[in-house]
Amino acid sequence: MSDRIFGGFGLALAIFYIWAASTIKDSFMVDVVGPRAFPYIVGSIVALCSLYFILRPDDEPEWPHMREFGEIVFAAAVMFAYSWALPEVGFLISTVFATAYLTWRLGTQPLWSLVTGVCTSVGIYVVFHLILGLALAKGPLGF
Amino acid sequence: MEILSLLADGFAIALTPQNLLLAVIGCFLGTLMGALPGLGPANGVAILIPIAFSLGLGPTASLILLVSVYYGAMYGGRISSILLNIPGDEPAMMTCLDGYPMAKQGKAGEALSLSGVASFVGAFVATCGLVVLAPQLVKIALLFGPAEYFVLFTVAFATLGGISSTNQAKSAFAAALGLGIAMIGSDSQTGSQRFTFDHVHLYDGIDFLIAIVGLFALSEVFIFLEHHRGGAVGSAGATKVGRIMPDFSMIKRCIPSMARGTGLGFFSGVLPGAGASLGSFLAYSLEKQAVDRDGKTFGKGDPRGVAAPEAGNNAASGGALVPMLALGVPGSGTTAVLLAVLLQLNITPGPLLFSKSPDIVWGLIASLFLANFILLAMNIPLVGIFTRVLMVPTRILMPIVAMISFVGIYSITGSTFDVMLMVGFGIAGWVLRKLDVSLVPVILGILLGNQMEVNLRRAMTISDGDWFILVGSPLAIILWLVAIAGFVLPMLMGRRMKKRMEAARDQEEFVGD
Repeated sequence: MSDRIFGGFGLALAIFYIWAASTIKDSFMVDVVGPRAFPYIVGSIVALCSLYFILRPDDEPEWPHMREFGEIVFAAAVMFAYSWALPEVGFLISTVFATAYLTWRLGTQPLWSLVTGVCTSVGIYVVFHLILGLALAKGPLGF
Repeated sequence: MEILSLLADGFAIALTPQNLLLAVIGCFLGTLMGALPGLGPANGVAILIPIAFSLGLGPTASLILLVSVYYGAMYGGRISSILLNIPGDEPAMMTCLDGYPMAKQGKAGEALSLSGVASFVGAFVATCGLVVLAPQLVKIALLFGPAEYFVLFTVAFATLGGISSTNQAKSAFAAALGLGIAMIGSDSQTGSQRFTFDHVHLYDGIDFLIAIVGLFALSEVFIFLEHHRGGAVGSAGATKVGRIMPDFSMIKRCIPSMARGTGLGFFSGVLPGAGASLGSFLAYSLEKQAVDRDGKTFGKGDPRGVAAPEAGNNAASGGALVPMLALGVPGSGTTAVLLAVLLQLNITPGPLLFSKSPDIVWGLIASLFLANFILLAMNIPLVGIFTRVLMVPTRILMPIVAMISFVGIYSITGSTFDVMLMVGFGIAGWVLRKLDVSLVPVILGILLGNQMEVNLRRAMTISDGDWFILVGSPLAIILWLVAIAGFVLPMLMGRRMKKRMEAARDQEEFVGD
């Protein structure tokens, strides 16, 4: 069933892709094939493979239970929030919380997660920013 | 003799103090990453690419650092195989079979030093093979026109699923997905905007580094979260190493095994679609056929069962560099990541690289030799340090990996949109892995998509729109046949190969080799 859903999704993606390819405008420069031919080929391959998934699905993969699934969704949400927070509050602070969340969810005690978060954040800051000179996100406080 | 003088120039580049230091750092980090389950060579190199670039290292210096990581990870994979019966990366899984029993008999130190020597032999001979074979392949590659190149890329995609692939439609889907993503951005030939939907962040296309780090490194973090695998992979008792210095009579006894393993490994590395996992698998099974037909000692701690797959695995990783450097077409996940390194440095691998910038090619090859010696020195006496790393719990380690991925991508792009895109790729990578869709073709598609299209369009311009140019030369026809064979063969024997490989190891999830 998973493969059928996946195939359906792939098919929708392929149709969308081919439609989007058909809207590509020509520019003043032209060549024999044009900018649309290769995307058409790629889109057709996606469509053919998706049809195959629908017709001949593989065995069902082992999907996680609701709980583990929620774990993934929350972790992803935290990572999105982290990406958004980077320039808003700066690298040091946001990394403390993002790391703490992840280590907590992987099984560290809450307080220790916070300690790990602080250590990781400061450690990365020192090694990558102060020693190696990488540009990290700067918040309003300058770090 | 020309090769030797070029190689001497290469050594002059590789032996400068800065490059030497980078090689040592790279080897150390690589071994560390290889030893940790879940962080294979592909992930390791992927995370470090953006960092190496943000540091502003020159092309040769970054390459030296990253290929040292690559070789180091190939060496490191065996450590947790032997000590814990958990392969550090996919190619190291065959080493578990005899390495872990040896460790249980209290011979962990001997198994580690023996496999270190075997890795050295495999990698060293393979690097020599690279020196000899790559320039020959370049001579053939110079005969390639755009049409042949287009077919060559098709060969790469058709064979990438590998002989053990069970569902070729999924490999093809993955490749097409990658190619489709590569099309986003302005068209290199005419400048038309494609699939950008007037979104300014998409005008330059999607940076392949974002896709690689997301698909490889972040999806791994999700897998760990899903399984709550937070504990340390090693415990204090399991990591007792014992006597570390190799037993020379044992090594001597294993020399023929290493030689056979090396030969097989190198060839499966060079061939498209085989790679290091198959190299070590073939080396182990044929070694068993050759010296232990009744299955008396293999699987019960036979040192030859450690030496052969380790030599094969490392020889394959050297062999895989031959098509990557000479043709610009990688045959495995890790070499695809190395191709990303080259592309990011604006170096297009292929025949022209050898004539236009020999300093890069030969500096790279010299640093491979160097990395080998450093790794041998590092792996035998210092193996205790690496085993200690296995005791750091993954609940601390994986978040660090995730954060370093974020740091790397943010420092090269400086854009929140790109960082979010990376998270998106991480989720997509997790779903695709669940559905048993290989991620390597996706990466390769993103990397090669534009070149593939450019070659197609150039060929069409030459033939003035006649599609038959794609089968217009004997070379192209041979390549088509290889592509078709590579795609169809796994359908006929994929399931059987997969079953045999799976019977040989415990079920573990890994990103390609």
